[in-house]
Amino acid sequence: MRLLVPLVPDRGAVLARANPVAKLATAAALMLAALLAIDLVTATLLLAGELAAVPLSGLRASALGRRAWPLVAVAVGIGLANGLFPAQPDASPLLDIGPLRPTADSLVVGLALGLRLMAISFAGLLALATTDPTDLADALAQQLGLSPRFSIGTLAAVRLAPLVAVEWQTLGLARRARGVEAGRNPIAAARLFGGRLLALLVSAIRRGTRLATAMEARGFGATPSRTWARPQRMRPSDWGLIGAAMLIAAGASWLSLALGSWRFLLG
Amino acid sequence: MVTAPAAVEIRDWGWRHAGRRGWALRHLDLHVRPGERVLLLGPSGAGKSTLLAALAGLLGTDGGAEAEGELLVDGAHSGRSRDRVGIVFQDPETQLVMARAGDDVAFGLENRSVAPEEIWPRVDRALTDVGFRYGRYRPTAALSGGEQQRLALAGVVVLRPGLLLLDEPTANLDPDGARLVRAAIADLAADAGATMLLVEHRVDETIELVDRAVVLAPGGGVVADGTPAEVFAAHGERLAAAGVWVPGHPVTPPSRTAHAAGQVLIEARQASFRYPGADRFALADADLQLRAGEALAVVGPNGSGKSTLAMLIGGLLRPTAGEVVAGPGMASVRPGTHLWTWAARRLAGAIGSVFQDPEHQFLTGRVRDELELGPRRLGLGDGEAARRADELLERLHLGHLAEANPYTLSGGEKRRLSVASALATAPAAMILDEPTFGQDRRTWAELLELLAALRDDGRGVVVATHDLPFAAALADRTVSVHDGRVAAAAR
Amino acid sequence: MSSIAPDQADRWRTVDIVVAAVIAVAFGALFQAWNGVYAWTEPIFRFFWPAQALLYGVWLAPGVLAGLVIRRRGAAFFGGFVAAAVSLLLGSPYGLDALISGAVQGAGAELAFALALYRSWGLPAAVLAGAASGIGAWLHDVPIYYPEVDLGLQLAYGGFILVSGAVVAGAGAWILTRALAETGVLAPFASGRRQRPV
Repeated sequence: MRLLVPLVPDRGAVLARANPVAKLATAAALMLAALLAIDLVTATLLLAGELAAVPLSGLRASALGRRAWPLVAVAVGIGLANGLFPAQPDASPLLDIGPLRPTADSLVVGLALGLRLMAISFAGLLALATTDPTDLADALAQQLGLSPRFSIGTLAAVRLAPLVAVEWQTLGLARRARGVEAGRNPIAAARLFGGRLLALLVSAIRRGTRLATAMEARGFGATPSRTWARPQRMRPSDWGLIGAAMLIAAGASWLSLALGSWRFLLG
Repeated sequence: MVTAPAAVEIRDWGWRHAGRRGWALRHLDLHVRPGERVLLLGPSGAGKSTLLAALAGLLGTDGGAEAEGELLVDGAHSGRSRDRVGIVFQDPETQLVMARAGDDVAFGLENRSVAPEEIWPRVDRALTDVGFRYGRYRPTAALSGGEQQRLALAGVVVLRPGLLLLDEPTANLDPDGARLVRAAIADLAADAGATMLLVEHRVDETIELVDRAVVLAPGGGVVADGTPAEVFAAHGERLAAAGVWVPGHPVTPPSRTAHAAGQVLIEARQASFRYPGADRFALADADLQLRAGEALAVVGPNGSGKSTLAMLIGGLLRPTAGEVVAGPGMASVRPGTHLWTWAARRLAGAIGSVFQDPEHQFLTGRVRDELELGPRRLGLGDGEAARRADELLERLHLGHLAEANPYTLSGGEKRRLSVASALATAPAAMILDEPTFGQDRRTWAELLELLAALRDDGRGVVVATHDLPFAAALADRTVSVHDGRVAAAAR
Repeated sequence: MSSIAPDQADRWRTVDIVVAAVIAVAFGALFQAWNGVYAWTEPIFRFFWPAQALLYGVWLAPGVLAGLVIRRRGAAFFGGFVAAAVSLLLGSPYGLDALISGAVQGAGAELAFALALYRSWGLPAAVLAGAASGIGAWLHDVPIYYPEVDLGLQLAYGGFILVSGAVVAGAGAWILTRALAETGVLAPFASGRRQRPV
């Protein structure tokens, strides 16, 4: 099991330079529109809008693809689950084996839900893949009033993430060296996983404790106020980005309403 | 950099950690004048780190800890004078808070509410003062240990402390890294004039940095105080026996019983390895042979590929190119089989790989269980496993710790435990990655003796290390690795 | 293990914040691999997909574990939420929806510890927290992933999540906490205080 490290986009790209809070708001707007509607038109339009933003992100399509495949796989699964096992079929089902009773209509709904999941998730994926964690922590504290102790404290722990990933690998090798390997037996494999997880947590917690001490030694959290070396603020282009997202969100929903296809999530 | 050096007054001070019965230090009296540079010495467990932590205002009495006496920095109790004190610890990774170098140095200034327009000029100044070679945007993950430690130093001195505390700053670094950091400290000591308290094991190289040496006793107070020369002349012998590296008291290397090396145990032929996702090879075209009854040292700086080589010949990694095979000397195995294909059980029975961090190999909650694990995995039965465990507990002085949780052992004890667990399966070859890392003189000497004895017993021993004196004292043959390439240097 | 007076009135210390975050980071990183496991095992469960929820416990674990280790108000929520956030920063593709997941899962565990008045941290509380976290997950997943699915299957899904939550996240986190305490690494926390001096 290999652990992944953050994507590093081209820093000059439009999305990379946008304010983190603006990007979160953008993704939230798109996500909300996708959440509320479970029809094919809304989902497709929103997803198309999001995919259109990929060139602005500075991310290579191949890297993005590799990162997004679990989402696609799960979306397919979701599509099939909803499509093949619907609640009450209105028309006559194509198959009828217990709960497995797909109809033409339910398959379309399944497709819609799969695309909807992707629309819900992809906006956030783009927003976060183009955001530097330090900038995000700074922006959340400066602009949204999040407690700097929590925001920076968490950021410091995130910096340790690559070390944690490497540690997981090393622990696996160390176990092989001691003659212990995951065999066929799932119980043994689970116990081995648990032991490895324990070792990982011991090392991570110890690092965290030392880091916290070092941070306090440099005055962290001693006074309620602090100054910021990297000011974060909203610029006109950031407001523009949010505006564009709201336009797409509203536009897709309106178009679907106009076509008579819009379906609300509940009922 | 304008810094008013601080004075330190300690009167009859003592500290007991929460959950411990004994006192770390007691009845300590020490006066340090402004601008003095003091080296703190003492055996492991003598409370040196505790003293520094207390001076930095980092110890609290919640949870049941207890303090006595007075500890004053510039006349104020240490809890209230935190911003007069800066402290650097030994592990660089757990001192750096931010992902970029400049941001990390700016961290302290942000905490102290320094005006934003002042922050970056001071950051740049601090980076220059410690000799940091890269700019503000350098990712901290891309720095070597020595550079990271320099950055940590910059992050502390940017706050202009009057008292600078250094708790074994070079302990986790290779010789190059240690040199970088010592140079930075020397420069700072020359310009800034801050009062400095330094704890270091590698005393030889730090003598020029200090004008005074103070020896502490575990659970006690000051045992000796004077110029380094005076202190070593009077107490050198005793300190060396307690594990301090005293100049002029080298460890006598074990006598070498001359004998020819036996059959080949492990052979690497043009072995190469590239980590997934990396663009260059960590190790390329390595040729190596390990014979029974010989001690082989693989030396080189951090990042040179030594650890990769050690893991390849330990059968833990699959070579990207080339091969690593068992030699004719490996009992009950057909020669020529690739090590990476072996089942873990068989591997552990033939090769004992000991990792740099002992904790990586702890699998159980009890020392005794750790030792019995290997033999049990080999199917030797409970009786034999217990017998071997007893023997190893005895041999490595771990008897009194048999029921303890491995994680609660001291550094030296953990190291001995990890070596003992690898020995429990009676492997023909032992491969150790940086065994002397972070160890004091006593453990160093013990390891040397133990590994020499294993070699004399007829086992093949490989030590991958940047500790050149250790390699010189132990090895029959030395191989150096640089930038992923292996070059042999005969003895 | 239970009825130790909580530090609930006190402010979170730096070490509480950083270690809670570090637990979340460790799991957030592990999620990457677990996402893979979920995606790969999809075909196996194709005919009775609700059973795949037996794997769910790993996602619910950080909230319960953070609660048991840190023992402060909000720790469970923080653990669940930040683990989701970290997995996103590390490139998980589930977008802001993951944050909603993390939030409701964390909230479930938090609610359970709150019901125990933040005084009980033993196995029953842990199992309850794991199960409650599972309920939170179910409340999120049904409208977002399975709104059109047959009610019987929706409930079956809920059942499997509940079991995985209670066993893997609840009991599992409790076992981990005890093992962590024995290594001495929890010394700065109430969860790691030794009974006898060494």
